[in-house]
Amino acid sequence: MSFPYTDEMMASVAKVEATRKERMGMDLPRMSADDKDALLRKFHPDYNDDAFDVLKVGANKGQRAPKELAAMLQARSRIEGVKLDLAHPDYDVDVLIIGGGGAGTSAAIEAHNAGANVLVVTKLRMGDANTMMAEGGIQAADKANDSPAQHYLDVMGGGHYANVPELVEKLVMEGPAAVEWLENFGVLFDKDAEGNMITVHGGGTSRKRMHAARDYTGREIMRVLRDECQNRQIPVVDYTAAVELIKDTEGKCAGAVLMNMETGELMVARAKTTIIATGGAGRMHYQGFPTSNHYGATADGLVLAYRAGARLLYQDSLQYHPTGVAFPAQIFGALVTEKVRSCGAQLVNREGVAYINPLETRDVEAAGVIREVTERHLGVHTPTQDGVWLDTPLIEALHGEGTIEKRIPGMLRMYGRLDIDIRKVPIVVYPTLHYQNGGIRISADGQSDIPNLFVGGEASGGVHGRNRLMGNSLLDVIVFGRNAGRSAGKAYKNVTLSDLTLDHVAQYEKACEDAGIHTDTVSPKLLPDYRRPMTRL
Amino acid sequence: MDNMITVYLYGKKYTVPDSLTIMEAFEYSGYQLVRGCGCRNGFCGACATIYRIKGSSTLYGCLACSTKVQPDMCVASLPFFPLEKKIYEIEDIRPTQQIMMQLYPEIYACIGCNACTKACTQQLNVMQYIAYAQRAEYEKCADESFDCVMCGVCSDRCPAGISHAQVAMLARRLTGKYLRPKAQHLAQRVQDIADGKYDESMKEIMALPKEKLAEMYDTRVIEK
Repeated sequence: MSFPYTDEMMASVAKVEATRKERMGMDLPRMSADDKDALLRKFHPDYNDDAFDVLKVGANKGQRAPKELAAMLQARSRIEGVKLDLAHPDYDVDVLIIGGGGAGTSAAIEAHNAGANVLVVTKLRMGDANTMMAEGGIQAADKANDSPAQHYLDVMGGGHYANVPELVEKLVMEGPAAVEWLENFGVLFDKDAEGNMITVHGGGTSRKRMHAARDYTGREIMRVLRDECQNRQIPVVDYTAAVELIKDTEGKCAGAVLMNMETGELMVARAKTTIIATGGAGRMHYQGFPTSNHYGATADGLVLAYRAGARLLYQDSLQYHPTGVAFPAQIFGALVTEKVRSCGAQLVNREGVAYINPLETRDVEAAGVIREVTERHLGVHTPTQDGVWLDTPLIEALHGEGTIEKRIPGMLRMYGRLDIDIRKVPIVVYPTLHYQNGGIRISADGQSDIPNLFVGGEASGGVHGRNRLMGNSLLDVIVFGRNAGRSAGKAYKNVTLSDLTLDHVAQYEKACEDAGIHTDTVSPKLLPDYRRPMTRL
Repeated sequence: MDNMITVYLYGKKYTVPDSLTIMEAFEYSGYQLVRGCGCRNGFCGACATIYRIKGSSTLYGCLACSTKVQPDMCVASLPFFPLEKKIYEIEDIRPTQQIMMQLYPEIYACIGCNACTKACTQQLNVMQYIAYAQRAEYEKCADESFDCVMCGVCSDRCPAGISHAQVAMLARRLTGKYLRPKAQHLAQRVQDIADGKYDESMKEIMALPKEKLAEMYDTRVIEK
């Protein structure tokens, strides 16, 4: 079989092959805390000051945010000047859930359990979400040598101790119950014949607590949750985005203005409680990075909540997944799951040297790849983006033929479609924008600064501090999605709404004007625009 | 410089670089996608697509996000397909043959044409997993259908009106819930947490000052 690699790449592949046997038995050293810190400061994109702006208005005024996010947070409303009949809403519900990914769907099931009249709106379809794409696994401390406290330690250390302790406590203490909840719905976790979960390491874990469903963990979880939501006949309005939150005259969150993505029709949803589960921001392409995220990951929830007065936390902290596809162009930026490294693949430079332990945390690994390519000039040249080798054939050299097909079939298929057999040749990777570490600040019951506005999943901030570990995102969407659903499902019973208002939108616009912000940009972004510039009007 | 080729998007002729995926070809040609675009990476099934190469009778199914354009490709997207999803209560059903006959009786009308398998965007053996479902071999059906993205292209081709993806969904949930042994260590841990057995150790670690926690983290033993 021939591969679509250049001659120069194939010459480097030969060097990787030449050192493979020697590397097989190698125990690559872990970096010291000081070395990691120095590496991050010099090479991690979060430390690139030129890529950030200081917010001029809102609850986080004076703090920094990525330029692209700051522009959205301080842009104009999509409903500026539009008259809406707030007294006669199109929908009137107990719990409005914005977003139909893993967190939103988990929230819907729990709110439904609580007896609430639930409405889910999603700007694409239920399941068109980052949860669907999560490959590697879900963490939970359920093995004999593990404990919630051990998990806590890994999460805090991985997050550089910036995590909100109460949120981490909830994550690790409710983790096993979250996995059991999924098991009871029929999620097909990888198990041995006795039913024991097959668990492996992820970057930064001290115990093997990564549960998986092959390398389609998120997809398996998402399709089961969606099926369960459908069985309960919970109303889901798809291709419908929320474009502003609505408050009542007492300042409580009271629903949202919705927009049909296809017709542009605006609608009013009144809700006693509202849950933002809008996910991440990869499609904002911060600093020009490609992304592993789904099409709708545009930080909408942050914009809605911020304009309504909620505080954000760590909005300047992003996760660049160290192993994004650098080549070929058709899948540029797509994720190569961390499970590939869990299974034994090493990161190797152009000369065939394994320059780092492959299971350091993601931020450290990402900075390491960037250092190899930029400062050390040891990157692999490709027609799209220079990167480093991820030595996939090493997996089968270590664990035997057939391992790749069994453990990471998704990767085998993704590359196989483009004539690259990852069992035979290594692949080139470079960091890709993967996860929004920060988001809307929440309390342990999932509530934002705004009464009756709850948040779950990637749209919230604080659980992961300034760096998330593999497998804690799926756990987050389940634990905190359920949490938001349960909290809202309890809270609505004591809510009486007064008249609805959008005054906060006008007030925010005034604040922007007063701060000297003049822009034609509107937000939330909703979708990226990938049309060739010359075809646009 | 890219090699330019001719493709037909909904029958209309466009010239696009041959390195693009079908999805990128739409965007290159000026389409701002709303429907028919999800994860853009082969996981979600939103961009189900059917195509022919002009002059050939063979009809192919694919995902637009992960299929390269070819010369004279004539493309139609299938952004929604009316799959029939039956409502059930997972706690009340059991992995019997009866349940499949009751919820999805049309699978027994399969005529064995294999059009589903030929159309599958994931190269799954769809007809085989339907055969397993007919025989209530749910574990086999679950295994064979595991990589399904529920795009609906197979059902688009089925003369028996089977909603294959939904049949497989049911088989997988039955397998996961009833046919695979439960993880006893998981149930035990959930119980222990509920009983408060970890409250003390959590309280202790949460009370540590950052420096102590950092010291503990930096010296923690990592399981081999």
